[in-house]
Order: sequence, then structure tokens, then C-alpha cells
Amino acid sequence: MAAPLSVEVEFGGGAELLFDGVKKHQVTLPGQEEPWDIRSLLVWIKKNLLKERPELFIQGDSVRPGILVLINDADWELLGELDYQLQDQDSVLFISTLHGG
Amino acid sequence: MCQVGEDYGAPAPEMPPPPRAGRELKCVKCKEDLPVVVIRAGDAFCRDCFKAFYVHKFRAVLGKNRLIFPGEKVLLAWSGGPSSSSMIWQVLEGLSRDSAKRLRFVPGIVYVDEGAACGQSPGDRARTLAEMKLILQTVGFPWHIVALEEVFSLPPSVLRYLAQEPSGTKGAYKAAVDSFLQQQHAPAEGEEQLSQPGSQDPQSPAGPPTAAQTEAQPPTAAQTEAQPPTAAQTETQPPTAAQTEAQPPTAAQTEAQPPTAAQTEALSRLFDSVKTLTAKEELLQTLRTHLILHVARTHGYSKVMTGDSCTRLAIKLMTSLALGRGAFLAWDTGFSDERHGDVVVVRPMREHTLKEVAFYNRLFAVPSVFTPAIDTKAPEKSSIHRLMEAFMLRLQAQFPSTVSTVYRTSEKLVKAPRHGSAGGPPGPRCLLCMCALDIDTAATQRVVVHQALRPCTEGPRPGTQVQLCSHREDPRAHVIEQLCYGCRVNMKDLPSLDPLPPYILTEAQFRSQRASVLQEMQEYLIDSDDEAQTGES
Repeated sequence: MAAPLSVEVEFGGGAELLFDGVKKHQVTLPGQEEPWDIRSLLVWIKKNLLKERPELFIQGDSVRPGILVLINDADWELLGELDYQLQDQDSVLFISTLHGG
Repeated sequence: MCQVGEDYGAPAPEMPPPPRAGRELKCVKCKEDLPVVVIRAGDAFCRDCFKAFYVHKFRAVLGKNRLIFPGEKVLLAWSGGPSSSSMIWQVLEGLSRDSAKRLRFVPGIVYVDEGAACGQSPGDRARTLAEMKLILQTVGFPWHIVALEEVFSLPPSVLRYLAQEPSGTKGAYKAAVDSFLQQQHAPAEGEEQLSQPGSQDPQSPAGPPTAAQTEAQPPTAAQTEAQPPTAAQTETQPPTAAQTEAQPPTAAQTEAQPPTAAQTEALSRLFDSVKTLTAKEELLQTLRTHLILHVARTHGYSKVMTGDSCTRLAIKLMTSLALGRGAFLAWDTGFSDERHGDVVVVRPMREHTLKEVAFYNRLFAVPSVFTPAIDTKAPEKSSIHRLMEAFMLRLQAQFPSTVSTVYRTSEKLVKAPRHGSAGGPPGPRCLLCMCALDIDTAATQRVVVHQALRPCTEGPRPGTQVQLCSHREDPRAHVIEQLCYGCRVNMKDLPSLDPLPPYILTEAQFRSQRASVLQEMQEYLIDSDDEAQTGES
């Protein structure tokens, strides 16, 4: 049984447009059976934070190609990507690179 | 590569048998620190090695191509986005280093406000401009803010190719650098006032280059336009950022009057009349290029730097193929683009992928401003550009060498002159994109002009009636025939040419008049070959 987690979710590079323009969200993930990982976080974000156009953020069970994910300022590829298990006070940042220039 | 039985359903492939680049591993370069970012396929870098790698790539691209001479004025095209912001930051840092490795050109920044084309409200545009100005003041280079509406007051000369003497061989570059370094070592007493008592903090605009400051500058400031402005920096100067670079912004901070409502409306009307998003994006790019070119020519900049990244250029290459611009790939995606003649467009960020740019900006706090563009939140199939972008990025997610493979292909493209024009006078150029025409228009032109001439033979002299007839006949055809294939395809989505800015139509008219007069005169001109052969005069 995983305890509730307090996590900071941040959006940048234009991704915030899908979240009412709000860049930083301090969220509390409810306690649940399985530990929270990025995969379940994405499901939670889609249900609770995403205001419009889910296909511009999520594709399948991962993020759309072109969106970078940083966990505590480190590349998520180093931490296991979708399987990384969230800890309390983690900071997850989604940067959209699709608005280049 | 492809392995039988491997499941490609997952968005990103698992790392191959060698251990996953996990936090337990060390940075591949220094082998000491913990890695923070994975570049390419599996190279994990720590923060400092990543920074060194990133900066080195930028300097190497500039150094390898040796196109930017010391003291040259270079205009940095800034859109507010991450790539161009990163480019500006690199230039800022590069100009402030110790003199042996310092960048040596004179930068300026141009920002084009495209809010009207993207449907932004005046309030949003003002807010965005305020944010931009804040960053521009921090950076400290002379800046120019232009609104896209100014295309309505551009002169037709912006569409003309101005020949430029070739900058010389490699020997010329080396000689220029050597003489620059010699000048630096000579005592430069006239320029002491340039070195501000710089604070160490690059963020604080301790020397805001406002207009007021230009008056306060001693008169010798004016000569430093040609002189390398950094000559006053001796080796003992601590390498701070903007302060040591505060050249006299000799009236270079320009912001024209805010556009009139009529101009904004004209621009909106133009973009609303375009039927497809693809054509809109192409039109926007064309107009933006002309505007930046005009700013560069007006203020004496001989180079323009754009922040196109590796990913963007790979997408652009594929998109250009789809749009019928295959003949111009080398110019559209290469390091340098000399299609305008006197102003050369340079792409120093072309070896940085968007991922590297985004990471660098985040880790090293590079300021950038997000502005919605014409294709923000557009669905995937709404334009060729979006489609190609989605295709490339999705492919890249599964095959991490996609972007670099396409990019390497673009490096191999060679700019060959069109047959017959090598060594001779430059051939005709497209009216809009200014590349050498890839369609033989001479034949089509003659046909159109003759058709126009026929009904006018009742007049006293057919010659004088030509221009009236041809425009009564079909002005649109006369514009279309001066475009390259790709631009013609775009024009199909523009039902009427009236909303186009006047400089385009004026130049089209001028060129077709010239062509038809030349055509008329051909019969009367004494061709030297004929004379030799037939002896007639």
C-alpha cells in the first residue's frame, strides 16, 4: 500500500497551453495499492490536469514523441522512463520541444 | 538494428544488452560524475561535460566553416523560442571569453512580431513584447523589433539579388584573423571607455544600452562600428558576460511605430485568404525572411544567423521534398545560404538536436519566451509541416538515429549552379524565395506575351500597348510565371493576389515589363553572331 505522495509537476515549452497556461502544479497523489510510477502518473494527469486535446500530450501509455521528461532535473531515460517509481517531493518536468525556433 | 521478434509497440526501445544507462553508471566522458542527460543513443553526460560538449559544438560549427570574419556585423534572428534563445546565449558567452578563443563578430538581434498572422489580440502582443524587451535588455546587444505588418512598406528592392564580391579563399580568412589579432595587441587608447566596470553578474543590466546612453558615449564610439569592439578587453579582464561587450549601440535600438490597425487588418486579411495551413506557413516564412533581410540590409549587417536546430532541419528537408522544393534543399538546409547575394544566412545551431537545446536551456537557465505560432494546437494532419514533424519524431522515438541520418544526408547536398549559368550572368530567380528558377520560364513567358500582344495590334505601335494588354489579360499569370515550382504550388492556395503586400506585385510587374520589352527588342537588336554569319546589319 503506497502512501500518498506529494509531487511537483511542471510544464514548459508550450505544453502548459494544454493545462490552462499553468506551469507548476503541486499535486498530491492519493495512496493506492501499487506504487506510483510515471505510467500511472500520466494516467492521473490525463484524468485530472489535462484540460484539452489529450492527443497532443499523451500517445498510448507514454508521452507524445517530442515531449521531454525530466525527473529532478535528470533525463528520464537514465531513470527507467515509464517504470521509474515516484518518491515523495519529486519534481517531474514535461518540456515540449515541438515549438522550436 | 531490426531484430526478429522484438516488440516495437513500446514508444522507446529498451537499451541493448550492454547495461542500461542508469543512474548507477558514470558520465561517459569524465567517468566521475553522475550523468543527467542521455544524448544520441546511450551516451550519458554529466552536467559539466554536457555543457562543454554543447558549447564546443557551437564553436566548432562556426570555426569549421570560416564564413564569419572578425568584426563583421551579424544579425541574430530571434523568435523567442528555445533554439534561437540558446543561440543568442551561446553568442553572448562566446563573445565574453578570453581573447584567444573569443568569437569575433559584432552582433545585433532582430525580433519579428508575428502576432497578427497568428490571430493574437493586441493585449497579448503587447504582453509578449514586454517580455521580449526584458530579455533583450539583459542580453545587451543592439536590437531591432519589427512587426510583420511592416511587409506592407517594404521596397521592391528587397526581392533583388545584390551580387557580392566573394569573400576570398581560406587564405583571406586567415589573413583577416591575423590582422585582427595584431590590431588587438596594439594599444587601443581610444576605446577604454567601452570597458564598463563590469559587475560579475551577467543578468543585471548594469549598462542598459538605451538611446540615452548613445549620446553620452564619447565621439570615438562611432568609429568602433568598423573596429573590433572588443579590442579594449585585455587578458586581465575577468570574463563576464554582457558588460564587457557593451558596444555603443549607435542608434541601433530600433522599434518602429506600432503597426496601424489598417496594416494589421490587411495582414489578417492576407492570411485569412490563404486556404491551407501549409501555404500559410510557407507564406509566413517567406514574408519573415524578406523582413529580416530588409532589416539586415538597412542596418549594414552582412550575415544573419538563424536558430534552426538539427531536428528542425531534418524535418524541413523532408517537408521541402514534399512541397516541391527539392531543387533547393542545399540552400534551405545547409549551413550557409547565399541566395540573397549580399546578406548570407547562416545556421550555427544545425548540429544541436532539440533535446540538447531543451536540456541546456533548462539546466543553465537560458531565458526564452513561448509565443503561440500559426500552427499551435493544430491537429496532426492539418499541414504538410505538421505531418512530417509527427512522422520524423515518431520514427526517431523508435530509431534514435533517424534525425542524424537525415541530417547527414543534408550535409552531403552540393550547391551546383544550373546548367549554362556557371560563369555567366546569374539566371532568373524566383520572385518569392529568390532561388535560381528550376523551371524554364523563357519559353512559357514568350507564349504568354505573344498571346497578350495579339489583340493589341490595332494600336499605333504594338510595343507601347504591351504592358497594358498583358495586365488586362492576366496579371496573375505574370506573377506565377516568375515563381519556382514550390512557390507556384503554394500560390495555388491563394485565390487572389490582391491582399499580397505591394512590393511583391510591384516587383513582379517590373520584371514582366522588362521581360516583355526585352522580348520586343530582340527582333531589333543586332545579334553579333548573326552579323558575323550573314553580314546583315
